[in-house]
Amino acid sequence: MHELSICSSIADIARRRAAGRAISVINVRVGQLRQIVPDTLVYCWSLISEETPLAGSRIVVESVPARIRCRSCERTADVGDLPSFACAACGGIDVEIVAGEEFLITSLELADEGAGG
Amino acid sequence: MGRFHRHEDGTAHAHDGEDGHAHGEDHSGYQTGAERVEVLERIFGENDKTAAANRAEFAASGVRAVNLMSSPGAGKTTLLRETLSRLAGLVRIGIIEGDIETSLDADRLAGFGAAIALINTGNGFGGECHLDAPMVASALPRLPLGQLDLVLIENVGNLVCPAEFDVGQDARAMVYAITEGEEKPLKYPVMFRSCELVVVNKMDLLPYLDFDLDAFVGNLRKVNPAADVLFVSARTGEGVGAWCDWLRARL
Repeated sequence: MHELSICSSIADIARRRAAGRAISVINVRVGQLRQIVPDTLVYCWSLISEETPLAGSRIVVESVPARIRCRSCERTADVGDLPSFACAACGGIDVEIVAGEEFLITSLELADEGAGG
Repeated sequence: MGRFHRHEDGTAHAHDGEDGHAHGEDHSGYQTGAERVEVLERIFGENDKTAAANRAEFAASGVRAVNLMSSPGAGKTTLLRETLSRLAGLVRIGIIEGDIETSLDADRLAGFGAAIALINTGNGFGGECHLDAPMVASALPRLPLGQLDLVLIENVGNLVCPAEFDVGQDARAMVYAITEGEEKPLKYPVMFRSCELVVVNKMDLLPYLDFDLDAFVGNLRKVNPAADVLFVSARTGEGVGAWCDWLRARL
């Protein structure tokens, strides 16, 4: 629901890292627990980037499933769609989230200037 | 929690679990001659920097801050009214009130001697659904922090976005109303998991609802086994004392 404001943060970071070079793709890694809707993010990006130097660039979302590790029995498991954050193996509740909270720009792909883009 | 690392230069990366699932990155960009720039920068980095500054400002003033979240209509403002009336003269309270357009909630909280700073989030670009750290930072100069013990941050009514934004609080609490249905923790696990305390409100309505309290608590435990739970009716005052005690125990 806040994908628009997220897109403006992404635009700030992308502009700074690209340092004036044209961007074709922004690769974003989004954990399942981030509640970001990839299609909405892509749509909001088209709104945000329109009529800016970032117009025509795309966001590519890499989704990461949520996983927990039980501190008692050391097992790791997917959190799943009907989420449970207790250890399915031993019932332990002292678990750490080892994946699924990621929310970062991993890389930018620069436009091939020679292609006349 | 197993958050990913943040490095001195502001970049961050996540470690895979021991079984190291593939991230499925497409490296074909190299083959077409397009240049790839590694970034690895957290998208909430700016927000989190401001949240850390807010947290430091609260700490420097000896103030504890609680971020209070809920869906619309769960009873945050009624609970805060009861809280202010009971703690007046005992705890010096400031309120940061997030609301999309109006001052209606802030008006309901006036008259209890608490300092109130209203943030109309409708003015913020894309900030219509939650408070973020810069919004809270903008409210701090309007509170006499040096004369307060506790700041209650009433977030925008929403079970999704507020859970995502660190605003610099010491603790997160949520108000959940039993009129919302038993399955809400499973539908909004990030919100329910983010909180140290879940206040289960509107308990006075229990006889009139087809609400299975045990099923709700079971669902809550699936996503947040460790949260404190208090059963409250802000309307009748049942359980409000325990909530006030929970707040005072944090000071």
